[in-house]
Amino acid sequence: MSKLRLLFSKEAQASYISHLDLMRTFQRVFPRTGLKISHSNGFHPHAILSVVLPLPVGQSSVCELLDLTVDQESDGSGIVEKLNSGFPAGLRALDCYAPQRPVRELAFVQAELQFLYDAGVPAGCTAELEELFRRPSLIIQKKTKRRELADVDIRPLIRSLSFSEEEGKVLVQAVVAAQNPGLNPALLGNAVAKELPELAPDFVRVRRTALLDENGEIFR
Amino acid sequence: MDERLERILPRVQKPGRYVGGEYNAVQKDKDKVDIRFAFCFPDTYEIGMSNLGMRILYGVMNEMDGVWCERVFQPWGDMEEEMRKAGIPLYGLESGDPIRDFDIIGFSVGYEMAFAGILNMLDLAGVPVRAEDRPDLSPLVIAGGTAMYNAEPLADFIDIVSLGEGEDVTVELIELYRRAKREGWTKHQLLVAAAQVPGLYVPSLYEVTYHDDGTVADIVPREGAPRKVTKRIVQDMDKSYFPVHTVVPSTEIVQDRTTLELFRGCIRGCRFCQAGYVYRPVRSRSKDLCAEYAKEALCDSGYEEMTLSSLSTSDYRPLVELCDDLEEFCEARHIHLSLPSLRADSFSMDLMQRLQKGRKSGLTFAPEAGTQRLRDAINKNVTEEDLLQSCRTAFAGGFNAVKLYFMLGLPTETDEDILGIAEIAAHVMHVWRESASNKNRGVRITVSTSWFVPKPFTAFQWEPQISLEEYQRRVKLLRQAITTKTVTYNWHDGDTSFLEAVLARGDRRLGKVLELAWRKGAKLDAWEEYFSLERWMEAFRECGLDPHFYANRTRSRDELMPWDMISCGVTDDYLWRERERAYASVTTPDCRTHCGGCGANRLVGGKCNV
Repeated sequence: MSKLRLLFSKEAQASYISHLDLMRTFQRVFPRTGLKISHSNGFHPHAILSVVLPLPVGQSSVCELLDLTVDQESDGSGIVEKLNSGFPAGLRALDCYAPQRPVRELAFVQAELQFLYDAGVPAGCTAELEELFRRPSLIIQKKTKRRELADVDIRPLIRSLSFSEEEGKVLVQAVVAAQNPGLNPALLGNAVAKELPELAPDFVRVRRTALLDENGEIFR
Repeated sequence: MDERLERILPRVQKPGRYVGGEYNAVQKDKDKVDIRFAFCFPDTYEIGMSNLGMRILYGVMNEMDGVWCERVFQPWGDMEEEMRKAGIPLYGLESGDPIRDFDIIGFSVGYEMAFAGILNMLDLAGVPVRAEDRPDLSPLVIAGGTAMYNAEPLADFIDIVSLGEGEDVTVELIELYRRAKREGWTKHQLLVAAAQVPGLYVPSLYEVTYHDDGTVADIVPREGAPRKVTKRIVQDMDKSYFPVHTVVPSTEIVQDRTTLELFRGCIRGCRFCQAGYVYRPVRSRSKDLCAEYAKEALCDSGYEEMTLSSLSTSDYRPLVELCDDLEEFCEARHIHLSLPSLRADSFSMDLMQRLQKGRKSGLTFAPEAGTQRLRDAINKNVTEEDLLQSCRTAFAGGFNAVKLYFMLGLPTETDEDILGIAEIAAHVMHVWRESASNKNRGVRITVSTSWFVPKPFTAFQWEPQISLEEYQRRVKLLRQAITTKTVTYNWHDGDTSFLEAVLARGDRRLGKVLELAWRKGAKLDAWEEYFSLERWMEAFRECGLDPHFYANRTRSRDELMPWDMISCGVTDDYLWRERERAYASVTTPDCRTHCGGCGANRLVGGKCNV
């Protein structure tokens, strides 16, 4: 038995594959590589697979991690090529290796957001956004697991933010908390819509670019 | 990806079904194909992707040089609304291109409740729904599938209907279209030529007249179209295409597994069963080829479950040997084999016990009727003792749930037959008490009844459907008769079965009702979230047509049926003989025991290889 970690990207059409469906997809792809995913020993054996930080549906990422256990001895070499011939469009394996660090050391998500403004970026937008996120506290409403709305202060979950402007959009470079609790970067758009309704973007695109540890180093 | 699509997807349920890109989805270079085919299924992605016929024809067409076949499904209501609002016309999942620009739009129509969905999809594509409003060669709108043995309610909308199994005739039709396109034919020229191809029915070339009482007076073919169009079949299953490399959806679908088709047709001859008649004669795929396809398909897809599919899987002669061949392979890969449509006999039970390792949950049987007399009348040759013995074996082996399926409203049914259903359930309960290996877990017995819908090309095509009031009375009677606590009774909602009965034996005058019902909002009629009988009843009233004329009327032997221009190979004389035997409660032996002379043997050169 070996524990392995897979680094993969999830973009374009694949960003609409939900977390559960992604797990199913992996269970089908691995048999084609000749690797046997270990199964639990219960009454209904299930594959031992876990996505380190599930990605919200509709967002894309170039830094997803999947932890798995396989029956064979393997250091992960050769697996990337085999996987890539059997993935749906938009999923791509980038690296596979024996993990050195526990998942709890994952601290931050680095993401690139695009706030799209169909009628052009409003004048002074960037400055006002910077101003907004300098506030000591930013309360937004968020759906809880019980589907109720709860007030959450997202400010402490933001480590850094920077804004720049392009034709019709504001680019946002964000580093936010990954877990316990984490922040879905898309909620930055919600905060704008709530506090500065006239600057509410028409659409928010989110792309995860890196997973970081406490020191801001790449977590892999 | 289309930016407009990107904007709406976050707002709809299960967006993964609208983006394509699945493993094995076929991509081709647009500039190197001359025929674009939109293969439409008038229901949701989850249902359509579970359809084996669709996978077969998708593979067949995409193997053709210069042809790109793409899949199209009906969006759920939320997605349809967003698409209409954003001005996104219905598109092919492979390319994302609008299907109104394709050469051919083909519908796979498996059931009558999908009729309104066809109109809705055409409209969402920006294509006029009526055939006469589409003067150009493209897009040509065609349809096939089991529900197309009576395509008359769709006659106003569909240009060409493909009858029977599509592997060969679809290729012939595409080649004919290709020639028409190259030589600049008019649409009319193409239709006239298509009518000469065996298995292709061109509704617009037939003139139908009616008697004052509403029955069909005459069916007159025009421009050389044949008076009878006979369905097409694959002669040799060993040479027919099997989709070994097939699309593996990235989202969950209804039948999320590999489907291995063992044979076509059915030897049994249940008198209510349209599939049992229209898929005749029986043609089997050889065991070794089945095993080879199975292994290849499982390796490619990565599925952990496979269905051994057919209309009656325990009738596949080398079934045990096939399972022997597959056992080791499947066990090593945690692959589970499932057998649908099990017969309640000891052979099937033994086999199932062998395959069902670990997961023992529920078993399903379909005795269809509550007494031996009625089971004989419908030629469902299962005895209560067979059923109880099967349950005994199952309970002793650790199963603790049984589902029993029945129909209410079968011809000749009496209250005694209905009460017989409750008795069977009580007997099954008794058997559980006697034989269960572990009584602590309790038992779940579920009785489900549907409302019988008479279908064309069955022994009951002349029969009325019982009235809604009578159906409800029978449901109530059964409900009161089921007193055992562990028996749960589910009955089918009457509204959809009534409309199904109307459309199944409808004539082409129903086209205007269908169009009006669709304009009033009918689309995903197979879904209770969307279905409304009231909408349809309004449409009938406004068109001055009586739905009961179609559903609840007894036809005489000499009445000209609206689908009389179609032949599935089985003769009317045979069907009528079967009807007479039903009324005498006389069974007909299966095709292997004795040839009943149904006529389907002519499709395979005279002698069936059952």
